[in-house]
Amino acid sequence: MITRRTALMGVAAVALVIAAPALADDLKLPRESVELVAPPFVHAHDQVAKGGPKIMEFKLTIREKEVVIDDAGTKLQAMTFNGSIPAPMMVVHEGDYVELTLVNPETNTMPHNIDLHAATGGLGGGALTHVNPGEQTVLRFKATRTGTFVYHCAPEGMIPWHVVSGMHGTIMVLPRDGLKNPEGKPLHYDRIYYVGENDFYIPKDENGKYKSYDSPGEAFADTTEVMRKLIPTHVVFNGRVGALTGKNAMTAKVGETVMFVHSEANRDTRPHIIGGHGDYVWETGKFSNPPEKDLETWFIRGGSAGAALYTFRQPGVYAYVNHNLIEAAELGATAHIKVDGEWNNDLMKQVVPPGPIPVGKSSAAAATVLTR
Amino acid sequence: MLLAMKLKAALTAAALASPFAMTAVTPSDTLPSAQEFAALKAENFSYRIAGDFSRDGKPVAAPLRQIKLDSSLAIMTRQVTAAEYARCVDDGGCPRIPQASTKDDMPMVGVNWRDATAYARWMTRTTGKLHRLPTDEEWVFAAAEKASDDALPVTGAADPVRVWIARYEAETSRERPALLAPQPVGAFGRNERGLQDVAGNVWEWTDTCFVRHDVEPSGAARVTNTNCGVRVVQGAHRAYMTDFIRDPRTGGCAAGVPPANLGFRLVVEQERWPGLRRMAERAADKVFGRL
Repeated sequence: MITRRTALMGVAAVALVIAAPALADDLKLPRESVELVAPPFVHAHDQVAKGGPKIMEFKLTIREKEVVIDDAGTKLQAMTFNGSIPAPMMVVHEGDYVELTLVNPETNTMPHNIDLHAATGGLGGGALTHVNPGEQTVLRFKATRTGTFVYHCAPEGMIPWHVVSGMHGTIMVLPRDGLKNPEGKPLHYDRIYYVGENDFYIPKDENGKYKSYDSPGEAFADTTEVMRKLIPTHVVFNGRVGALTGKNAMTAKVGETVMFVHSEANRDTRPHIIGGHGDYVWETGKFSNPPEKDLETWFIRGGSAGAALYTFRQPGVYAYVNHNLIEAAELGATAHIKVDGEWNNDLMKQVVPPGPIPVGKSSAAAATVLTR
Repeated sequence: MLLAMKLKAALTAAALASPFAMTAVTPSDTLPSAQEFAALKAENFSYRIAGDFSRDGKPVAAPLRQIKLDSSLAIMTRQVTAAEYARCVDDGGCPRIPQASTKDDMPMVGVNWRDATAYARWMTRTTGKLHRLPTDEEWVFAAAEKASDDALPVTGAADPVRVWIARYEAETSRERPALLAPQPVGAFGRNERGLQDVAGNVWEWTDTCFVRHDVEPSGAARVTNTNCGVRVVQGAHRAYMTDFIRDPRTGGCAAGVPPANLGFRLVVEQERWPGLRRMAERAADKVFGRL
C-alpha cells in the first residue's frame, strides 16, 4: 500500500536523481552552438522548439572601441559586447540552458561582467562573471521564464556608465510551443528585428562642442557629470543617429508579420510605428501574459525589453520612433521600415490631392461633391 | 615578483628623472621636504597578500606571510597637501582637478592613480630624487598598527555563496568615517612609526596592481591575471580601485563603505638606481651561492 508518506519520498528521490547530474556538472543534453549576428538582425532560430531542452552555447567578446554616434562625427569611447550597440540578441526556448562564454581580451582596459535579467540568482550572473582584461569565464543558467529580457554589464561602482556606453543587449526566451494570442491560438512571425535604444551622455567643452577622449577612462569623470543631470545628448537606435535609416532601413513586405523586439537598458521609452500599429504587443515582453491588441504606442520600462507583432497591410515607408518626438527628431530615436507591396485603397485613399482652395465654395462642400 | 615590479617602477621613474636632474630646483615650502620622510628600517612584519585568491574556482583567504622589505623605506610622514599638488599643476606636471575643493593645508583629495603618479614623476624631475607611490607591502609596513587585515571572514566553505554573503556582511558592517570632508594635516594623529593620518578619512593610492591567484594543492599561489588598470588603495580598509576613479562610490551591486576620499603619500628612493643595485646583489649572491 502506498501511503502519502512513501509517495512523497518517491517524489523526493526522483527529484534528487534529476538534480544530481546538474550538480555534478555533467548535463547530458544536446548542445547547440549559436553564431550571433549584429542587430537589428537576429540569428536563425525555431519559433516552436524541436525536441527537448538543449544547452545553447553563445560567446560574447567584450570590445572597448571608439565609435561615431551621429552625422556630425561625435565620438564615444564605447564599451560593447561583440562590437555592436546594442549587443546581439540571443534566442532560446524555455527550459534550455544558456551557456555563455564571456571574453575580455587583453587589449581592453577594464574589468567587465554580465547581468542577465533572464537568469536567477548571483546578481543575474554579475557576481560570477567578473573578468579582467586577459580573462574569460563561462556561465550557465537555466531559462526558466519566457519573454524578452535585457542583459548588461554591471561592474561595481560604475554600472550606469558601462550600460550607457553600449554594454546591453537582449535575450529572448520563447515558449517551447511558440507564441500565442490571448485566445491561445499560435502566433508566428515572418521576420524579426531587434531595436536596441541607447541614451548617450557626451560631455561638451566650454564652446558647447562635443569633446572626445583617447580612452574610456579619460571620459569617465566628465561623462558621469553629464549622466547625473539625466538629460541625454543623444537617444538613438542601434548605436548611432540614423543607424536604421536610408540604406540601412529595416525592410518588410505587405502581408508579412514582423516581430519588433525593443530594449532600453537604462531609461523609459515608447516605440510607435508611424502609419502602423502593434497587432499583438507584449509591452513588458513576458510571454506568459496575454499580448495586448491593436496598440498605437507601447511603453518600454527602462531596464526591460518588449515585443510587438505587426502584419504590414500597406506598402510604403514607415517611421519607427520613440514617440517622445523631441527624442525622435532632435536626439536621434528614429528608424525607418521600407515595405514593398500593393497599395490598398480601401484602407487609405487620397481623395483629393493637395491643391488650391476652390474660389466661392467651401472646401468641405467641394469634397462632398467629388466623392459622390 | 615583488622585486621585478619594483625594479620596473624604479627604472621607469629613473629614466624619466635623468634628463631633468641637471635642472633640479631648490625645494621650497610647497614641496614635501626631506624632514617629512620617515626613514623606516626594514623589519619582519606580517602581510596579507593583496588580490584575489581561489582554489578550484572557489574564493579562499589570501595567504598571510611574514615578509621583510628589501631595504629601509623613506616614506612621507603625511599625505601630499592641496598646496603641494597645486604647485605641480601650476608647473604643468599634474592634471588640474576640476572638483578639487580642499584647502591648502589639507591633504589633496579627489585624485586618481594617474594624477598621483604624475605628481611623483614631477617630484622626481623637480628634486632629482626618485619619488614614487608606495607598494601595498610598503604601505602596510609603514602603517603598522593602523593597517587592517582584510582576510575573508569565512574560508574553506564548500559553498561559495556562504563566502559571498559573509563578505557582504563584513563590507556593509564597516563604519563610515565620522568626518567625510578632508581635515587639516595631523587631525587623525600619528602611528607608532611616526606617520600622520594613516587610516583617517583619506585613502591612499599604492602602486600595487590587482592580481588574481590560483592556489594549487601544494599551497603555492600561481598568478593567473594581473590587472594594472586596477590598483590597491589603502586606508581604514584595503580597496581595489580603477586607476581613473577620483571619487569612489558604491551603489547598485557594490556594497559597503567606499573610501571617503582618495589621496596619496610618496616614497623617496635613497639611491638613483636602487633596483639595479639589488639586482646586481642578487646576481652576485647567486654566483657566489649565498642564496
